[in-house]
Amino acid sequence: MPASFVPSATDYLRFLPEIIMIAIGTLIMLLEPLLGGNKKNSLSGLTVLGFIAALVAAVMANGMPGTSFSNMLIVDGFATFFRVLVIGVGILTVLSSAQYLKREHAASAEYYALLLFSVTGQCVMATANELIMIFIGLEISSIATYILAGYLRDDKRNNEAALKYFLLGSFATAFLLYGIAWIYGTTGTTNLMDIRAYLMTPGVHRNLLAGTAAALMFVGFAFKVSAAPFQVWAPDVYQGAPAPVTLFMSAGPKAAAFAVFLRVFMTAFEPISPRWEPFVWSSALLTMVIGNFAALSQTNIKRLLAYSSIAHAGYVMVAIASHSQIGVAAAMFYLAAYALMNIGAFAVITHFSRQGEKFLEVEDLAGLGWKQPVTAALFCIFLLSLIGVPLTGGFFGKFYIFKAALDANLIWLSVLGLLNSAVAAYYYLRIIVVMYMHEPGESTVTLQPLGAGITATLWAAALGTLILGIFPSLILNFATSSSVLAK
Amino acid sequence: MTLLDVVIFLPLVAFLVILFFPKGSVEGIRRFSLIASTAIFILSLGLIGPYWFNAPGRWTFVTDLPWISSPAIRYHVALDGISLWLVILATLLTPICVLVSWKHIDKRVKEFFAFLLLLEFGLVGVFCALDFFLFYVFWEVSLVPMYFLIGIWGHDRRIYSAVKFFLYTMAGSVLMLAAIIYLYTQSGNTFDYVRILAGLQNGSIPLDSGAQLLLFLAFFVAFAIKVPLFPLHTWLPDAHVEAPTAGSVMLASVMLKMGTYGLIRFCVPMFPEAARRCSGWIITLAIVGIIYGALVAMVQPNMKKLVAYSSVSHLGFVVLGIFTFTQQGFDGAVYQMLNHGVSTGALFILVGFLYERNHSLEIASYGGVATPAPKLSIVFMITMLASIGLPMLNNFIGEFLVLQGAALVNIKLSVFAAIGVILSACYMLWLYQRVFFGRASDEVSRHMPDLNMREYAIIVPLIALMVWMGTFTQSFIPPISASNAVLLGPIDTGRHVQNNTPSVDLRAARAKELSNAR
Repeated sequence: MPASFVPSATDYLRFLPEIIMIAIGTLIMLLEPLLGGNKKNSLSGLTVLGFIAALVAAVMANGMPGTSFSNMLIVDGFATFFRVLVIGVGILTVLSSAQYLKREHAASAEYYALLLFSVTGQCVMATANELIMIFIGLEISSIATYILAGYLRDDKRNNEAALKYFLLGSFATAFLLYGIAWIYGTTGTTNLMDIRAYLMTPGVHRNLLAGTAAALMFVGFAFKVSAAPFQVWAPDVYQGAPAPVTLFMSAGPKAAAFAVFLRVFMTAFEPISPRWEPFVWSSALLTMVIGNFAALSQTNIKRLLAYSSIAHAGYVMVAIASHSQIGVAAAMFYLAAYALMNIGAFAVITHFSRQGEKFLEVEDLAGLGWKQPVTAALFCIFLLSLIGVPLTGGFFGKFYIFKAALDANLIWLSVLGLLNSAVAAYYYLRIIVVMYMHEPGESTVTLQPLGAGITATLWAAALGTLILGIFPSLILNFATSSSVLAK
Repeated sequence: MTLLDVVIFLPLVAFLVILFFPKGSVEGIRRFSLIASTAIFILSLGLIGPYWFNAPGRWTFVTDLPWISSPAIRYHVALDGISLWLVILATLLTPICVLVSWKHIDKRVKEFFAFLLLLEFGLVGVFCALDFFLFYVFWEVSLVPMYFLIGIWGHDRRIYSAVKFFLYTMAGSVLMLAAIIYLYTQSGNTFDYVRILAGLQNGSIPLDSGAQLLLFLAFFVAFAIKVPLFPLHTWLPDAHVEAPTAGSVMLASVMLKMGTYGLIRFCVPMFPEAARRCSGWIITLAIVGIIYGALVAMVQPNMKKLVAYSSVSHLGFVVLGIFTFTQQGFDGAVYQMLNHGVSTGALFILVGFLYERNHSLEIASYGGVATPAPKLSIVFMITMLASIGLPMLNNFIGEFLVLQGAALVNIKLSVFAAIGVILSACYMLWLYQRVFFGRASDEVSRHMPDLNMREYAIIVPLIALMVWMGTFTQSFIPPISASNAVLLGPIDTGRHVQNNTPSVDLRAARAKELSNAR
């Protein structure tokens, strides 16, 4: 056995966040039978601790960048950015879930363990430097998320959501795997840098084969990020899944999927970019238009935000279409801002929906602004950020994306995208209108005060949104410096 | 830190302080808002300092600090003669609006005054920002509180109007954002207005005429919606009618000026060729707006709607003045912005007084108000005459300058525009006759007490200002003229150059001949 096959200590250190989360997840599964019914709450504390340890490990791993396990994983600024992001999403999800699970009498260890596993998968995706690792990471993340989507197993909608997500998701993953097979057949390797080197070799004319492989993988990724025309699952699944799980799905797995999307298309497939750029371009436009126009007529708030999250995926696709280093940095910034504002919005819904998710219509929010001014004001910040009003993270995200697009001379895509964001203002404003300009109804009057976990989530997300909106350099500088992907 | 920074940020500080007031202390919130906004107004008078004896055409009170490193966004603010008076207009009307809303707003008082001060922050900032990005931020920041002012404290159809207002402005401003980003990439990564303007003028920022036209149109649409220029004006009557009095006043007096200010500060100086190419169309739209606004105002049964349409008509004058590209036209346009701010603001306030008494905006439910409330009738009459453009009152000067500028270009323009002045006399006098003359019904006389002390405090300063602006024009015009001359300078040279080319603009050439002849 060659010496390089034996992993070194640094290899493990670079992989430490994943190891911690897997260990804690397994520990939680083991602990459950030993704990009495009333002690299960402490599991959420343990999960948060696990996430925080993983976060620290991820930040420390950034101090020793490089590849590990025979080039299968890579730790660079880009990977660290997404690791920190998905682990952060994990923490906020746990914080906003505790109250919900108690309310639905569904607190159990599986929930937390699955969350840890899912985030582990996403971290693997962020660090993967090789198509098989990408696939494994994607599957770890997805399978855990499929189960989470159907977590309340007696609930019909949960079952529907989980089944739809699972069937369509497996189908899309099959496309991805088929694409990987093609690329292996064409280039004889699954390592991203080797694929790139192969496609760059002068005299190699396998463009058509590689292009087909890229197209197949595009289908897989587009499904995972809910980009058109592979977005149809998202509204049903987002609406059907438990509210905190929707919160998680719309931020974590999406960010990780974009991370691999960016890494694969900006490194391995960069040499054949003229082939895929038109697809990304048209998919971006279609995603924005479908998301925004479908959201206009929604009355269910979860469904509305599902379509809004499709539209936001479209904006990130614009950044990918611009195919530049600034584009990558813009996409990274946007995903961070988007995760914060979307988590905030879904946390409000988690809190508001009450037992059995009774109150999910936009109209139910009537008068929230006067019944719980703080909750409503924070929700307002998230909605204004989703619209893209200055001094919020959402604005700078859009700004950087469309700047990258204009730099790349995608003038019409930018103009259409910006007009789309004006359309989007309408449906977000409708929520603000209902909160502040309608008289409180039964749904608002019976509202309980915020729980501690949700309060923490809301404030953290709101502060993050405002900080990204007023001092964007803090994140942007890191994103810019780490947007140079190893090639 | 200059005085200007203090004037920009104090409203934000006051806004934050109000947020920490307990909900119940309504009287405390009112008093605090009044004191804070009056203090800001008094401080803002200090800005006149450098303009007192001489009128520098250069920037004063400059602050230029880095805000965001990449892309290079700077906190760059400064004043010139144009922004000076617009800032003071905003700071003057805020305490007046606080007084106007003293009794009128009795629900959700804390939020109302908080939004009013946040609005002031955005409005003051927008007139001083010299970094395009900063300008855009203030532009949008002022949009949000106005949306809430209309949507929460407005009348029956408030929600429809608030959303319409927001979406119209938003649609225009995203186009502007695209143009700003494009300029940034073309100008070697700067958002700085002064540097971009210099670059465009000395040709170091290369723009072919097609790109210039597109950029001009992107900015122009955003500003034209805000002005509003016919046919983009349809949001305005809705927003005005539904807004609470203070909202209408801030909207008409200050917010609409954001559009005309943008035209005069950014659109025309930066893209003079494109502006010249489009000026025929724009002048036509402005004159159509003047006449159309006046005609529609004439048949309105609702007082606020009447005043709103009269705004469309008056702002047509401003746009007309700007697109004559003459010193008189520019001076008249800026002066008319201020005049409209004072006199239309006062009209909305007086309509608000009537509404507070009789709870109706319909002209038909009034009549004979002069009998129970003679003092109210007198101040209404002065304001109305000012709005018509009676000599010795403010609007006359502005309209005269604009008509003069238009005549320099083409005498027909002034003839058509003057029709608007005549029509304004028709609709205003007719309104006055129907509301104040005739026999007072019992209903009206019972509900119509005369002006009280608070109302005097509101309206007397505005009336005094109308007279002052109409008689001692020299107190206001010199800084405006100096700044306009700076803005117009390069455009004039552009005209000389253009005269030698075959694609000469005939009207512009004619204007030059005329001004030479004088």
